[in-house]
Amino acid sequence: MSQQQDSTQGSVSVNRVGLALFGVYVLLYGGFMALVLAGPDLLATRVFGGVNLAIACGLGLIVAAVVLSVVYILARASRDRPGRS
Amino acid sequence: MLHETSPLAIAIFAAFVAGVLWLSFRLGRKGQSAEGYYAAHGQVHWFVNGVAFAGDYLSAASFLGICGLIAFYGYDGFLYSIGFLAGWVVALFVIAEPIKALGKFTFADALDSRFDSRGIKLAVAISTLVVSVFYLIPQMVGAGALVTPLLGLPHWAGVILVGVAVTFIVVTAGMVSTTWVQFIKGSLLVFFCGVLTLLILNRGLVVNAGRPGPPDFTPQTRSIRPDGQVLIDGEPQSAEHDLRPVGTLASLPERYAGEGKTGPLGPLAYLATLEDSTVVTWRRQTTRDDDGTHDVFTPRERPAAELLRPGGYFKGLAGGSLIARLDFASLMLALFCGTASLPHILIRYYTVKDAAAARKSTVVGIATIGIFYVLTLYLGLGAMTSGFLDPTNSNMAAPLLAKSFSNTLFAVISAIAFTTVLGTVSGLIMAGSGAVAHDLVENVAGVQMTDHEKVRVGKLAAVGLGIVAMALGILFKGFNVGFLVGWAFNIAASANLPALVMLLFWPRTTKQGITAAVTVGMTASLAWILLSADTFEKVYGISRDLAPMPFSQPGLVTIPLGFLVLVVVSLLTPAPRHR
Repeated sequence: MSQQQDSTQGSVSVNRVGLALFGVYVLLYGGFMALVLAGPDLLATRVFGGVNLAIACGLGLIVAAVVLSVVYILARASRDRPGRS
Repeated sequence: MLHETSPLAIAIFAAFVAGVLWLSFRLGRKGQSAEGYYAAHGQVHWFVNGVAFAGDYLSAASFLGICGLIAFYGYDGFLYSIGFLAGWVVALFVIAEPIKALGKFTFADALDSRFDSRGIKLAVAISTLVVSVFYLIPQMVGAGALVTPLLGLPHWAGVILVGVAVTFIVVTAGMVSTTWVQFIKGSLLVFFCGVLTLLILNRGLVVNAGRPGPPDFTPQTRSIRPDGQVLIDGEPQSAEHDLRPVGTLASLPERYAGEGKTGPLGPLAYLATLEDSTVVTWRRQTTRDDDGTHDVFTPRERPAAELLRPGGYFKGLAGGSLIARLDFASLMLALFCGTASLPHILIRYYTVKDAAAARKSTVVGIATIGIFYVLTLYLGLGAMTSGFLDPTNSNMAAPLLAKSFSNTLFAVISAIAFTTVLGTVSGLIMAGSGAVAHDLVENVAGVQMTDHEKVRVGKLAAVGLGIVAMALGILFKGFNVGFLVGWAFNIAASANLPALVMLLFWPRTTKQGITAAVTVGMTASLAWILLSADTFEKVYGISRDLAPMPFSQPGLVTIPLGFLVLVVVSLLTPAPRHR
């Protein structure tokens, strides 16, 4: 039990990186949903290579999820490496 | 629409399914202990587990449902893709590592790790079963939708075929074979969807799918008489008298006007060119009288730009009512919160050796799933303009898109879609079987079992769940599978997420708080769904105006409700001793 306790507390404390990245993604996702709800007309604007804002945002959110998860794993790996704080 | 069967398609399909079953049987010998059956000995490599996450997650809803929604309604289907992937961010950043550190076999283990409470185990086991069953329905409906055109079998036969195959996979080897089935399926699905996307881009956009003359705008009528006979435009349905396939391009931008086709296009140029084109979609009007149900499909030309923005499926978005917007917000919240609360996803964290492996496999999962969801956009839009859509069944869009290229590809894609269903359903039955045997029988009822007995009870539970899944799959025929899976996310997020998050981040959480939050979240979201307008209309067949609930997706209300119940009950009960 005590071992489980330790590992949980460990996870919660080191997970600050995770929570920060989570916060970033919540802003991106929430922002996009607000845009869908409040200004669907704006999303029809052509922005990037003739692609409209709705598609650009959608693809951007998918890419952002992948990029943030790679950032996370790199951050955690450098933390776990012995000899570094 | 009637669909011809081809011997080649049947042969490819049979080879796929036989291959998967053979593999499962071969691996079966490895999984005979409880540790092996429920958690594959915790020895699965993180990369394999990561792709298996994708195989587990990319269900019939993702493949058939989303492609169908995009092909029929445009951009709104892609909103499901965005929401489904976003949920993984919650899973990775918040849930993955603690859940690995806390549990052993099931999700109930993790929630109960600090308390040893029968109440928690009971509530969580029931919520696991409810979520798994709700998630099973769309998978089985998808299976039925697939075999109809491929093998020429009725819907129910497809459902039973999947049910039997999956129960076999789970019973032979539990988590070991389930993991490998999901790994193979995940890899094949992403690879072949990539191939299909390359073919779509290589074909470019073609007016009226390359058929001579302008698109046909004649309305079509399908009537289903009370005795079950199907009439097309007043004549009995047959190969000669069938619905015309729909969904084509009506015109291209000026610069291509003379040629009627664009030739190969890059990924962005494809989207941009489509935006400047017009497409032929159709309006469906359904009436009922003494002669049965009549659907009239009326083609109409629209600018594609209208379909490449939100509002085609979620009608309320474009200047609609507040209620419609709340319904949409509620769904997107449930998709975001639901992934990290799905029992069949959570148990996959117990198959790897430590938290670092759990983290790495989640990232592999996110990358694989992310790539797939980008492809869904092209598959859906490719289907929309392929000239091969069946207007009566959105779930068939992706396989029929493959058919627009070749019958072999159609057979391969259908077989992969079928293994897609196998992979996800086996994961769900695995989760349910663990909930019954490990949580309910062993921990709640207190039955002492040997290792061997634990596995046997789990296998019996798997057979029982397989039978329930088959019955529900037959009952829910005709629903879009993407829509159905939204409900499962709502229930999972409402029942499980508040307990999971608060246990990890609020030391004052008590066992009574967790039990109450899981029970209330699950009951409230389930009751809401059963009393919603969509259920009234589509399941009970009564007017949607009679439904008491203001909108159909409960998450916006029931997820915060779960948190509230947990906090209030925890504060009213004595603080936990340890900590």
